[in-house]
Amino acid sequence: MNDMLAAVWSYRHFIVSSVKNDLRSRFARSKLGALWMILQPLAQVAIYSLVLSRIMAAKLPGIDSRYGYVIYLMAGMIAWALFSEVLTRSLTMFVDNGNLMKKIVFPRVCLPLVTTGSALVNNFLLLLASAGVFALIGHPPSWSMLWLPVLVGVNLVFALGVGLVLGVLNVFVRDIAQVMTVVLQLLFWLTPIVYMPTILPVQLQKILAFNPMYHLAADFQSVILYGKAPGLLGLVVIGGASLVLLAFALILFRRAAPEMVDVL
Amino acid sequence: MSDTLLSVRNLGKAYRDYGSEWRRFASWLGVAVSVRSEQWVLRGLSFDVAPGESIGIVGQNGAGKSTLLKLITGTMRASEGSVRVGGRIAAILELGMGFDPDLTGRENVYHAAGLMGFARAAISAAMTDIESFAEIGEYFDEPVRTYSSGMQMRVAFSVATAFRPDILIVDEALSVGDAYFQHKCFKRIREFREQGTTLLIVSHDSSAVQSLCDRALLLENGNLVKDGEPAAVMDLYNALIAERENSSVSVTSHASGREQTISGTGEARVEDVVLLNTQGEPVEFVDVGQPVTLRIRVAAHADIPRLVLGYMIKDRLGQAVFGTNTHHTHQELEEVRPGQRIEFRINFPMNFGPGSYSISTALVSTETHLVNNYEWRDLALVFNVSNLSRQVFVGSAWVPPQIEVASA
Repeated sequence: MNDMLAAVWSYRHFIVSSVKNDLRSRFARSKLGALWMILQPLAQVAIYSLVLSRIMAAKLPGIDSRYGYVIYLMAGMIAWALFSEVLTRSLTMFVDNGNLMKKIVFPRVCLPLVTTGSALVNNFLLLLASAGVFALIGHPPSWSMLWLPVLVGVNLVFALGVGLVLGVLNVFVRDIAQVMTVVLQLLFWLTPIVYMPTILPVQLQKILAFNPMYHLAADFQSVILYGKAPGLLGLVVIGGASLVLLAFALILFRRAAPEMVDVL
Repeated sequence: MSDTLLSVRNLGKAYRDYGSEWRRFASWLGVAVSVRSEQWVLRGLSFDVAPGESIGIVGQNGAGKSTLLKLITGTMRASEGSVRVGGRIAAILELGMGFDPDLTGRENVYHAAGLMGFARAAISAAMTDIESFAEIGEYFDEPVRTYSSGMQMRVAFSVATAFRPDILIVDEALSVGDAYFQHKCFKRIREFREQGTTLLIVSHDSSAVQSLCDRALLLENGNLVKDGEPAAVMDLYNALIAERENSSVSVTSHASGREQTISGTGEARVEDVVLLNTQGEPVEFVDVGQPVTLRIRVAAHADIPRLVLGYMIKDRLGQAVFGTNTHHTHQELEEVRPGQRIEFRINFPMNFGPGSYSISTALVSTETHLVNNYEWRDLALVFNVSNLSRQVFVGSAWVPPQIEVASA
């Protein structure tokens, strides 16, 4: 593990510049450039709120703001955007960089780090944009938002753990990436982002509680909309489990790395 | 060898088929799984390379050259044996690897050199050199997608060789680009070599191998079949290319101490090769510019629908100086009968520079030796050219000059 850290340290400049290049080249020839990073999720929020705000607004307990539902949506979206970006990009990370891995020697662990870094920057910009929107609609930031770095951290570790395991396996069984696009869509609707868990039957709520994103999205909504602390027990359990998963993913990654090049 | 820079011991690479990917996954988790089948693409390679040596790696497609390079650079893990490297390796394998078309040349240089493990400060320090070596002017700050392939290759080569490595791996990539830049590349490679960089060159181009290398390795079906002097290795390589069913390759020690390779299916054979002067006497030493006749006697041993004789005159290092064949001169023979004997008389002035030369002959059916190779004979004749009657000159060609000197 130590040599992995040493390798990362000596490649730190490369990782930082790769993150920059990644962000820059993604929007290199578009007029609005980096603005697209936040326009897309914001547009999604706008669509959902346009379609659903009448139905959903009444279901928000204890919120009398006209824009309560918009804030609720955005809080969930911030959580989901990070999770799904890290996961989808980790899934195809090794396949996409197959040629590079075959031809050039560099610490392989740079790849997930670049993916993570770029997703984090993205998410940070989305958060900033959301803060701007909240200011516009008159929702003041609360102290509970200081929990956000912790929530983002747990969310990231969870997404990276799952993404890395599936990304490694996807090199050998390419069906995984295909299946995951469907699974992710399903998971989105199994997570209370556009709806409130309270509108579901109790039985279903119990089942949904097995979805870690259910809790993470709820935590984001707590700290952003309700100004409350997140559910600590759930956070600790998910955070702990995610760390174990990530450690497992790194071990798997190290064992599989030599064989990955053979099949890429 | 006192100190070795690169040491390869019993190196082997196998692709494993586990039957099911689940069994592969289980093997990472420490479960003992039986491998269903193994395909060895490289096996039992051992050699050492001393600092400053330059080595050519030749072999047919699929012989295992690129696998060997990947194992040496470390992108691929060996299945058995070991590779020990005592220095930094730079590889010019696939130039422009990892270039992002939307970034400028300069940004890509930072990126590519970063990928090689250099810190930003070191790259910045080398940037002026890289920019001036690439010689692409204003384009250096334009996105790479606007580049021609030649320009991209210039930038890529400049980055790859911006820092002198201990081992430089050069693939056939060098055949890309314009002649001017190619010369520049070779110049830089030669400079590295003089400064002690070890070269590993993979090429099908025998003149590149022979002019840059002092040793060559021939790979065939994943095995190291020959490790030795470039000229001898290239001769055996050419013979292996021509090897077909029923043909044989024999390597014998020639009187000159070099190894002679004779290969072919044997329907026709060269019986006698001799160089004659204008008096018709055999000569071994020839004066520069002297008219000579190369007489080749051939005997046919089977029905041959079409027979072409080719010959190649090579210099001491085995590089081609001149060669042609009777297909190109429209003198191919048809319907040759068994037992028939043919005499070829090739008249030419010996416009070569002083030195030792050898002649290889080929009896084939078309202009290449790849369709029907009746006989391929290296070192069929060795002769020497000395400068007895002309002014002093250097080089392998005698190009008599008319120099006009006038004060202007």
